[in-house]
Amino acid sequence: MYGSGIVKGMITTIKHFGQSYLEDLRYTFKGGRYNDQYIAVRQGPKARGIFTVQYPEEKLPVPENFRYIPFLVFDTQKNEDKCTSCGICAKVCPPQCIWIVRTNDPKTGRPVPQPAEFYIDATICMSCSLCAEFCPFDAIKMDHDYELSSYERYNTLVFDKAHLTRPDTYHAAIHPTDWARELQEKEEAAKKEAEKAAAAAAKKAAAKPAEAAKPAEPAKPAA
Amino acid sequence: MAAKAAAAPVAELAGPLAVLKEKFGDAVKPGDYEGAVISTDRLVEVATTLRDEMGYDYLSSVTGVDYIAQNEMEVVYHAYNTRAGGGPLVFKARTPRDQAVVPSLTPVWPGADFQEREAWDLMGIKFDGHYNLKRILMWEGFEGHPLRKDWKEAYYEQDAKPFDSRWPGGHHRRAEDRVPYADNVNYPANFDPAIYTAQADAAVYEQMKTVEIGEHGELASRGNGDGDGNGQYHEHLETGELVVNLGPQHPSTHGVFRMVVALDGEKILHLEPVVGYLHRNHEKIGERNTYIQNMPFTDRLDYLSSMSNNLGYALAVEKLMKVTPPERAEYIRVIMAELTRICNHMWAIGFLLNDLGAFFTPALYAIEERELILDLFEAAAGSRMMCNYMRFGGVARDLPDGWLEKCRDLVFNRLSKKIDELDWFLTENEIIRARCEGAGILTAEDAIKYSIAGPVLRASGVAYDVRRAEPYSIYDRFDFDVAVRNHGDVYDRYLIRLDEMRQAVRILQQALQQIPEKGEIQAGKKQYQARVPAGQSYGRVEGPKGELGFYVVSDGSPNPYRYHIRAPSFINLTALGPMCVGNKIADVVIILGSIDIVLGETDR
Repeated sequence: MYGSGIVKGMITTIKHFGQSYLEDLRYTFKGGRYNDQYIAVRQGPKARGIFTVQYPEEKLPVPENFRYIPFLVFDTQKNEDKCTSCGICAKVCPPQCIWIVRTNDPKTGRPVPQPAEFYIDATICMSCSLCAEFCPFDAIKMDHDYELSSYERYNTLVFDKAHLTRPDTYHAAIHPTDWARELQEKEEAAKKEAEKAAAAAAKKAAAKPAEAAKPAEPAKPAA
Repeated sequence: MAAKAAAAPVAELAGPLAVLKEKFGDAVKPGDYEGAVISTDRLVEVATTLRDEMGYDYLSSVTGVDYIAQNEMEVVYHAYNTRAGGGPLVFKARTPRDQAVVPSLTPVWPGADFQEREAWDLMGIKFDGHYNLKRILMWEGFEGHPLRKDWKEAYYEQDAKPFDSRWPGGHHRRAEDRVPYADNVNYPANFDPAIYTAQADAAVYEQMKTVEIGEHGELASRGNGDGDGNGQYHEHLETGELVVNLGPQHPSTHGVFRMVVALDGEKILHLEPVVGYLHRNHEKIGERNTYIQNMPFTDRLDYLSSMSNNLGYALAVEKLMKVTPPERAEYIRVIMAELTRICNHMWAIGFLLNDLGAFFTPALYAIEERELILDLFEAAAGSRMMCNYMRFGGVARDLPDGWLEKCRDLVFNRLSKKIDELDWFLTENEIIRARCEGAGILTAEDAIKYSIAGPVLRASGVAYDVRRAEPYSIYDRFDFDVAVRNHGDVYDRYLIRLDEMRQAVRILQQALQQIPEKGEIQAGKKQYQARVPAGQSYGRVEGPKGELGFYVVSDGSPNPYRYHIRAPSFINLTALGPMCVGNKIADVVIILGSIDIVLGETDR
């Protein structure tokens, strides 16, 4: 029928219009629709009615993998930077926005595994996360803080080491899964080390009474 | 290129190339790594034989490589058979570097038009017989050819990344401080930007007047002599005829894009697209980068479908590295690529409606689904649009817990319904039908001739889909149809996007059922500097906008020697002029909208 296509369009619009109020009503008695709890529903596959989010009054939660300008992790247990200034992040960085000055021992002149200076030029950084992906020491991670606007676009956006460093507790809070993996790896490494040490000790102990009686083969450490 | 000088393995001339060799004898020689080198004096002849006798009717990609060590330029062509499918036929032509001239293939394949202009602009290779060999991405009067190996950009630091100044003594310094403003552009001698008048613009307007009018007053050609040549040419515009400039700043152009249109009343006589406003020399950046560093840059080509771009580039480099991703990674890649297709088509349909004047209401309904898909991308890749998710031999990271359930929920319970809803309230709408049916018609022959790819090609009745013609990744495992429509007008290009979304949902449903729940996602060890053996490869995917190809030449060093992108948005514009001719000026906007271009990819 002529005109039916236009009517269909109108029906769809009215449906959307009505739904936004119906959804409001539905959630009135469950604490309202405009809170974090229902953002997940509103932005999920069951979303109906109003889809938009009133930024900055309400913000979408960011997933753990979300990546923005990187930060440096500070090991609060050992009280030192995790970064060893190996330079892999600076080498893999696509826009080359990482600058690192390696520390040299003042006496010997040999490099020390500590960065003396560390800069990230946030005006160039493309937040690709390659640095965090390839860091062998889990020393650089991607941040979740995406609100970086400032009134000056040059100096305030070149981040130095002090600005970039965050405690590992912060990292643990925003990246729980990644942190759990790190802890597990650490535990495994420690276990291996302990086994190695135990094996070495056992070997030593076994070597001494070896003259008296040939002992059974010492237990091989689990590889 | 030391590795090449050492002795690159010479390709074997097999199959169609052997036939060519037999036919043309010494004019056909085996090339390095792959393909045949055709002597320039018989190039057009060989091309005509390929097209007319051997079925290679589609010229996909034309590009140049600067072998500075041999003082040689090589032009590389990739041609396809659209009926039989299969891989590309690679042929090349060599020419001395200081006087690079190659005969133009535009008389055989008019689709070579923009690509030859690009090769002239960026590499300085002249194409003899090209009707309109002007710069296309740079401006007329620009000094030098930026993709030549001895050309250096304004903020040149070093030939290849990583730069030495970053580590171990990396004191931050801004490039603008090193090269102050105004010193950062090389102007030709005797050039003063203050008194420069744009000759190029005048030339574009002048060209508008040379429109060939056929016997019955219809348009025989677009001033390039591809008509029969018997028509009359306008020497001067008459009263009632005028030249109108659309863009570059215009909301309907989806970016910074300009069209110069010659009109007779409201009827379009001739249309000339002007591109390059967003040009950033992506390929030069790519040649300075290491292989892995290019991955995030590919996101910025067609920024609406970064996952597909990632996949295309990963495939090209994987061909050289000879690695295959593990099973789970392959499935993840396909899922991401198909989700991207839905995203992109939702966007395309939504904004086509915007172009039609239905301001934003249907667009916002369409991109609700896109929003949900982008949330999935964000959860897996960390970013909504700049995904940077694929790696050589796998993907960057495994899917987070619960991702697959969310994705299944969306694909099985929501997407089909929403596509149907879109179909229900748009397809039969009288205004859409009145505006779109019969507008911007492109015939199947023309579509092939102009090297058109993707939905635009298939809406013209050519059932050519890379996923079917030369299946990559694991597309051969899925049951899906290649969507085809036969009218080749704007309406069919709208319908085909709905069809393709339905097929994408079909592929997604299969992939989501088959994907292994656990497994490796990376073949071998991930390296921050990929070791890529010397060679040449062309990786192509069926991106949402058409065939996206990456041509990579490796000399064994950590940086690609040549990195070229066959950008569907760019090449599809070749047909914009012919499609618009005879239509009304008001329809230009929807015809452009129906091609669905992204300027990040067009201008690179």
